[in-house]
Amino acid sequence: MTQITLDTSRGDPREGGRASPLAGGLSGAMIGRAVGDAFVKLNPVKLIKNPVIFTTWIVALLSTISAAAAIAGGQSAGFAVQLALWLWATVLFANVAESIAEGRGKAAADSLRATRVTTKAKLIVDPKTGTVVPTNASELEVGSIILVEAGDVIASDGEIIEGVASVNEAAITGESAPVIRESGGDRSAVTGGTTVVSDWIKVRITAKPGSTFLDRMIAMVEGADRRKTPNELALAVLLAGLTLIFLIAVVTLVGLGAYSGVDLDPIVLGALFITLIPTTIGGLMSAVGIAGMDRLLKVNVLATSGRAVEAAGDVDTLLLDKTGTITFGNRMATEVIPVPGVRPEAALAAAVMASLADETPEGRSIVELGRNAGVSVDQPAGAVAIPFTAVTRQSGLDVGKDSWRKGAVDAVLKDLNLTDGSAPAEFRQAVDRIARSGGTPLAVTQNGALVGVIHLKDVVKPGVKARFADLRRMGLRTVMITGDNPVTAAAIASEAGVDDYLAEATPEDKMRLIKAEQAKGRLVAMCGDGANDAPALAQADVGVAMQTGAQAAREAGNMVDLDSDPTKVIEIVEVGKQLLITRGALTTFSVANDVAKYFAIIPAMFVVALPSLGALNVMRLHSPESAILSAVIFNALVIVALIPLALKGVKYRAIGAGALLGRNLLIYGLGGLIAPFVGIKLIDLVISGLGLA
Amino acid sequence: MNIQGWGEIALTLGLAVMLGWPIGIYMSRVWNGERTWLDPVLKPVEAVFYGAAGVDPKRSQGWLGYAGALLAFNLAGFVLLYAILRLQGVLPLNPQGFAGVSPHLAFNTAVSFVTNTNWQSYGGEATMSTFSQMVGLTVQNFVSAATGATIAAALARAFVANRGEGVGNFWADLTRTTLYVLLPAALILAVALSGLGIVQSLAANVHATGVEGGSQTLPLFPAASQVAIKQLGINGGGVFNVNGAHPFENPNAITNLLSAVAINVMGWAAFFAFGRTALAGRDIKALAAAALIILTVSSAAMYVIETQPAPSLVAAQVDASVNMEGKEVRFGAPASTVWSVVTTGASNGSVNSMHASFMPLGGALQMFLMQLGEILPGGVGSGIAIMVVMALLSVFVAGLMVGRTPEYLGKKIEAREIQFAMIAVLILPLAVLGFSAISAVFPTALAGLLNKGPHGLSEILYAYTSAAANNGSAFAGLTANAPWWNTTLGLAMLFGRFIPAVAVLAIAGSLVVKPKLAPSPGTLPTDNGLFIGLLIGVILILGGLQFLPALALGPIVEHFQVLAAVAGA
Repeated sequence: MTQITLDTSRGDPREGGRASPLAGGLSGAMIGRAVGDAFVKLNPVKLIKNPVIFTTWIVALLSTISAAAAIAGGQSAGFAVQLALWLWATVLFANVAESIAEGRGKAAADSLRATRVTTKAKLIVDPKTGTVVPTNASELEVGSIILVEAGDVIASDGEIIEGVASVNEAAITGESAPVIRESGGDRSAVTGGTTVVSDWIKVRITAKPGSTFLDRMIAMVEGADRRKTPNELALAVLLAGLTLIFLIAVVTLVGLGAYSGVDLDPIVLGALFITLIPTTIGGLMSAVGIAGMDRLLKVNVLATSGRAVEAAGDVDTLLLDKTGTITFGNRMATEVIPVPGVRPEAALAAAVMASLADETPEGRSIVELGRNAGVSVDQPAGAVAIPFTAVTRQSGLDVGKDSWRKGAVDAVLKDLNLTDGSAPAEFRQAVDRIARSGGTPLAVTQNGALVGVIHLKDVVKPGVKARFADLRRMGLRTVMITGDNPVTAAAIASEAGVDDYLAEATPEDKMRLIKAEQAKGRLVAMCGDGANDAPALAQADVGVAMQTGAQAAREAGNMVDLDSDPTKVIEIVEVGKQLLITRGALTTFSVANDVAKYFAIIPAMFVVALPSLGALNVMRLHSPESAILSAVIFNALVIVALIPLALKGVKYRAIGAGALLGRNLLIYGLGGLIAPFVGIKLIDLVISGLGLA
Repeated sequence: MNIQGWGEIALTLGLAVMLGWPIGIYMSRVWNGERTWLDPVLKPVEAVFYGAAGVDPKRSQGWLGYAGALLAFNLAGFVLLYAILRLQGVLPLNPQGFAGVSPHLAFNTAVSFVTNTNWQSYGGEATMSTFSQMVGLTVQNFVSAATGATIAAALARAFVANRGEGVGNFWADLTRTTLYVLLPAALILAVALSGLGIVQSLAANVHATGVEGGSQTLPLFPAASQVAIKQLGINGGGVFNVNGAHPFENPNAITNLLSAVAINVMGWAAFFAFGRTALAGRDIKALAAAALIILTVSSAAMYVIETQPAPSLVAAQVDASVNMEGKEVRFGAPASTVWSVVTTGASNGSVNSMHASFMPLGGALQMFLMQLGEILPGGVGSGIAIMVVMALLSVFVAGLMVGRTPEYLGKKIEAREIQFAMIAVLILPLAVLGFSAISAVFPTALAGLLNKGPHGLSEILYAYTSAAANNGSAFAGLTANAPWWNTTLGLAMLFGRFIPAVAVLAIAGSLVVKPKLAPSPGTLPTDNGLFIGLLIGVILILGGLQFLPALALGPIVEHFQVLAAVAGA
């Protein structure tokens, strides 16, 4: 088993010999393609899904017509033309943002497509004789059985029904080290597009052509059937409502202005309208959503829907398997306690001798403990290994007449004709203490005499406690799931700092726990790989299946972790939160911007007819035209300026909801109030300096 | 400005909140069907009503049923009131012998009282018989206020339910709020007010000879009982044309203070009742705090604005003291200004001074307070309901910034809630700005204006703002008793009342079926200072900003013109 660390800092996934097909940066070519796409996206039929930008499109069109009419009528139209151009720019910038966000997914999809099977599969037509017929992958039906030999690419998803093989899954996961796949159990699923490196397997096809894991993966990274998530939908409703409110405010100015003797140019009204409606978030919303999925891809996690990513941000309870996630998975020796009369070093040396021939992880950890303490760990010549048997429940080493043994305490005591009562009190106390702390005691004998007791312990990974404290500040409760008895579970739970634990857990218990949490109104995330995890994965709000896991698990979860790293769920939660924070931050910024825009445009619109309203021109903008143009330009440029933020996302900090809100309100709320005052003033200085208005 | 004035303002605002708290707890008990000390007297009466109407008060209705009952009840109330007004000439208790009211005025008035607006296109003492006042208008003063309360009660229940179904029984909420809360409170206040000198009489006019020898005809009415419910029900419609500035409606400083406090007390009570019924006392106190902060700052601003000397009088070297135009000289500037703030902040609309005569910025502030949606604290129940809508929008916009899909009081806020919240918020600018823009260019409408120029526009804006926000106060320069004004103002009142009401009930219906989520450290806290600040920001930006261009053309330009004229002179 590869050692898993809890360090989830986002390194380049290509480090460590992996080159994920999903990783990749932003290249110049991609930006070029994005700009091209932005023009294609001017198609109003496509834009209508985004009401704010569609509205901008309409106003840009009307302004263009109005400017053209002015030119045709021989009037000076410099101002109108500039306004119309900047309105088009607003729409284009929003399109560019979306295209750039889509670009990375498209590139990843292209590289995945390249790995799609083009070779022929060996279809077994007669199971008795094993006759094979070369068949196109697209002709394989569910239930077909194929033979895959060393060097063959597996044609489609399936279940191994016979054989064992090592499979290179780099095409999917980027991990170049092959993994073992065998029939029966949780390692029997194979994925189309991966390659058998050695041996052979017979595979029963489980996916219809065109709906294999690889196909679904391509669709997902490409965002082919990207639908609005519930939160995006709600936000779209809000933005549409705001657009309507500002439409009312602007259209009614025609009547109110006429009463006041103000002659309002329709193109100016259009400009006011566009600057007031939330174009910033409207233009960047889909980019934020796509970028969120993209960040998951970068950490090698595939989400089946944007909805799942959003749900990740809302998770309240995290179910974590103890083994591999919280502890290293193997018990390790942490100390050897001598019986009275034996020196500690002697007891340790005896324990090492008893373990030299023991190749189990536990045995090796005892040798390691000795090595670190400076005990000789060389196997003496002529040593005879005494293996563990179910009868003796001991193992050890004989060298000549000397013997060393270690084993279960009751078995060893029985061998030595000792009872619980007659064993040394210190020994019994040590054994009790170890058992109570959740560890496993092993008795050690040398030449038939009790010398001490080894403390085997489930070792908690370094750093997990701090990580769980972070999670608690994020508002997540962690629950450890383990098959251990309650005593052991409690000890590890308190050492790791989890909030709760489920001991002696069966799949049914897990399911019950998830349902109980959900009944209390909490969202649950879990990860799993076994076929028996499938129901729980499906029940959980965020179910992360391991790519190496059973097919059933992969289908039940709403995310697949290609690295098969159970700690990844923590990062998934962070990505979900980041996505929502970015969306909220941009909305707040967008809405807060309106205050300054009013102060730019209202005096500009009315000042000719009502000179006293010039007092509202607090920014002292050069002229009515420059004020209006500056507001429109600021409105367009701010989209471009915020594209990097939309793609990268606002950083999530585990500092508690109140503090986080305060921080983000300060930056995006207050910042959103102030920034346009500065920005519009600067743009005004530039355009009046250039003599544009 | 002086310390006594500030004290008066603080007393008016503070007393209302302090009295609102215990009354709110009681109101919540009434909504929840808990035991109250009035049970022995009122339970049998209540049962008679249910028996007569064939209503099972225990049966909880879905939001559609609840909204349907609300609309049906109000439609019936409208028809009855319209009939009374039209037929007043042949109905009893008409000592002055008034004729039936004209169709458009009857429409406007019936809508006005059913919607809890109490906009009055007429002068009460010259139009309405005692029967119309007592049986028609006063009944609506009670039940329109209770209707507002039912909306809040239903919404509060929706927040408590965990995958529930019904939002309560409209008939029970209506009956219990009227019977247990409004009637006893109005009774107590009416007795107190008549003891303090407000007229309460069924007699016709008295004839008096004034100190200068002229003959006067002084109409009498059962005013004290009506004043009590006009304030407590946050209705605002006066018996007399000049409302709280009339000595028979508001004879002295004590009745003035009592009335000003009564304007707000039930609005605050509904806030606290909502908090208790929704099991979210701290969160709703935060909403109350936000409302109180805006109200306090506005009162202070109004006091400062309205205690300056009038620039033109100073320039003409006529008068450099406090500008008293429009203010009630018996009570002085503080009592006039704080009343004008609380009456516009609540959807009351009774006045003790003439709003049209305030300084331009004072008038702008009055309009702006109404344009925020009547949530400071607004009407009985309708105020807290819209305030919760504002909280939902705040939570939605900014709540995302803590990295969770937004939730409020344990309920997820999703597309459906936002949709109806936006409808509830949208109707105000639509009605106010839409009707104003049409009237501003419609000659028939313009004939009703006393003033031209920006002040005339302010009269239009104020009228539709007051109507759509269900306030009822007016810029007096407008002669509204004409078919165009009566009809469009009536429509503005209808839209402003029932569209938000149904939208809020739809939100309640959507929330009630959702699971109640447990709070965690990751949940956005909605009971602290930060949230209060956020909410104030959202109220001002989302609720008020869209009126800025319109206000710029009305009172704001008038303000700068006054300054410019003085500087030029």
